[in-house]
Amino acid sequence: MSGAMVEALGVRKSFGSTEILKGIDLTVERGSVTSLIGPSGSGKTTFLRCINHLEKVDAGRLSVDGQTVGYEERGGRLHEMKERQTARQRLNAGMVFQRFNLFPHMTVLENIVEAPTRVLRRPRDEVSAEAQVLLDRVGLGNRGHSYPQELSGGQQQRIAIARALAMKPKLMLFDEPTSALDPELVGEVLDVMKSLAEAGMTMVVVTHELGFARQVCDQVVFMDGGVVVESGAPADVLDAPKEERTQAFLSKVL
Amino acid sequence: MQKQPVPDTGQIPSTVPGDSIEVVPLRHPVRLALAVVLVLVAASALWDVAVNQRYHWDVVVSYLFAPQILTGAGLTLVLTAVSMTVGVILGTVLAIMRLSANPIVSTISRGYIWFFRGTPLLVQLIFWYNIAALYPVLSLGLPFGGPSVAIGSANVLITPLTAALLGLSLNEAAYMAEIIRGGIGSVDRGQHDAARALGMNGTTLMLRVILPQAMRVVLPPTGNQVISMLKGTSLVSVLAISDLLYSAQIIYATNYQTIPLLIVASLWYLLMTTVLTFFQNKLERRYGRGFDAAPRRVRRPRTGAAR
Ligand SMILES: Nc1ncnc2c1ncn2[C@@H]1O[C@H](COP(=O)(O)OP(=O)(O)O)[C@@H](O)[C@H]1O
Ligand SMILES: [Mg+2]
Repeated sequence: MSGAMVEALGVRKSFGSTEILKGIDLTVERGSVTSLIGPSGSGKTTFLRCINHLEKVDAGRLSVDGQTVGYEERGGRLHEMKERQTARQRLNAGMVFQRFNLFPHMTVLENIVEAPTRVLRRPRDEVSAEAQVLLDRVGLGNRGHSYPQELSGGQQQRIAIARALAMKPKLMLFDEPTSALDPELVGEVLDVMKSLAEAGMTMVVVTHELGFARQVCDQVVFMDGGVVVESGAPADVLDAPKEERTQAFLSKVL
Repeated sequence: MQKQPVPDTGQIPSTVPGDSIEVVPLRHPVRLALAVVLVLVAASALWDVAVNQRYHWDVVVSYLFAPQILTGAGLTLVLTAVSMTVGVILGTVLAIMRLSANPIVSTISRGYIWFFRGTPLLVQLIFWYNIAALYPVLSLGLPFGGPSVAIGSANVLITPLTAALLGLSLNEAAYMAEIIRGGIGSVDRGQHDAARALGMNGTTLMLRVILPQAMRVVLPPTGNQVISMLKGTSLVSVLAISDLLYSAQIIYATNYQTIPLLIVASLWYLLMTTVLTFFQNKLERRYGRGFDAAPRRVRRPRTGAAR
């Protein structure tokens, strides 16, 4: 299928009476890596959750892989999808959370195998073999039988990435994947993400790691107050920002 | 530094070679003296009970395995097992309903819990027992007096045993619903997000991710519920069901050995409680996996202190 992986046009979202997203326009090309930066509370997490339909969009158009998220077009109208359909659609994207959110009652291997076997109903041995490959890939091949609690934050986050990859998503969403980590553990997670980007995965990353944005990303998007203030190549946005708000934010972060 | 297993003597092992400073463990002479006194008091009390002729231990022994008592104990177990099982399943459904975003569904659950917790169990039991007086014929059909199919006479269908099971189960469900709701609420929101992001929804999410984690919080109060239920089943004697306690009462009504027979019943209750507690501990360990900081499969060395 042609076209961009993610297309957002005037995406709006309110919680109660406060509007959090006030018309987001954004395009994420296939195989590209986009980083979302911006001050806390600017709506980055909310937008990422909208892409995965963990939050419902109130207005505007949001499509992933050419399909409108959460709605079905029939007879020139958008019909809201059933929960079962949205669950299917969510499989397009894998998501990695700030707090890892591994299932604490399952071993590492069970964490990875759970969704492919229960949701996709794939055979367990086949999935287990793939899970082992994924574990090797994130450098934790020998920790399959540990419980998440027994691992460091960096290891847990790498497991969370492997768990999302096991569903073979077309797109990976990362919500500040390193901000809950001790500084010395940040590198190991970023390395895994880098190798994923090199392998051609489409990625949207909310991050404060501007080094990563500069080195790995094709596009940097600066959000503030629920809108996209500025976007473009990392060199343009990070090193020569045009907008005053971007300049102010970057001067605080750097 | 590696921790050495502490031997039963309660002493710290002699200093590791190379360590130059000797470690003197803190001693607790007052605590030790108190423990000795308590042990002596308890032992003497037990001795008094054992040698006191008026307890009629011979009668206790002769009735301990009396067929009537054994049948009563069996019935108590069955009532507890069935009512608890139904209570837990219905309670889970009610808890999920209570947390539903649909206000009608959550209100129904709220109303159920309000009613069954708010009225005495004894009244509920007698109500079910006398349901035939209110609805002589039980039937399935359309509401508001529409056509219906009779399924039988209430007098025949509602035996004392079904009335007891209905009363106990429906009442238990209300309490279990609140316990399980608390457990579900204790699971981190991020767990819902992660599961949904992986494409799980509804039943899979609940059964595989949320409820197993809720178990940790749900199990201890559920253990209490099972034990209260075990003893609470004695209420069904008002329906002339010979559970354990009622069987003992029937016997002492004829031979006037009240205390010995109550001891017999209590010994059985104690035994059943002990067995149930054992299983509760096992389950708690099973569902605590992945949560405790202590590494798995490593048994805690048993220390001889404070027993
Ligand atoms: N479920 C929610 N209900 C109400 N307000 C929310 C909810 N989620 C986020 N918000 C609010 O939306 C705003 C933007 O949040 P978020 O998207 O997390 O920002 P960011 O990730 O950029 O820090 C915040 O002010 C937050 O309080
Ligand atoms: Mg955020």
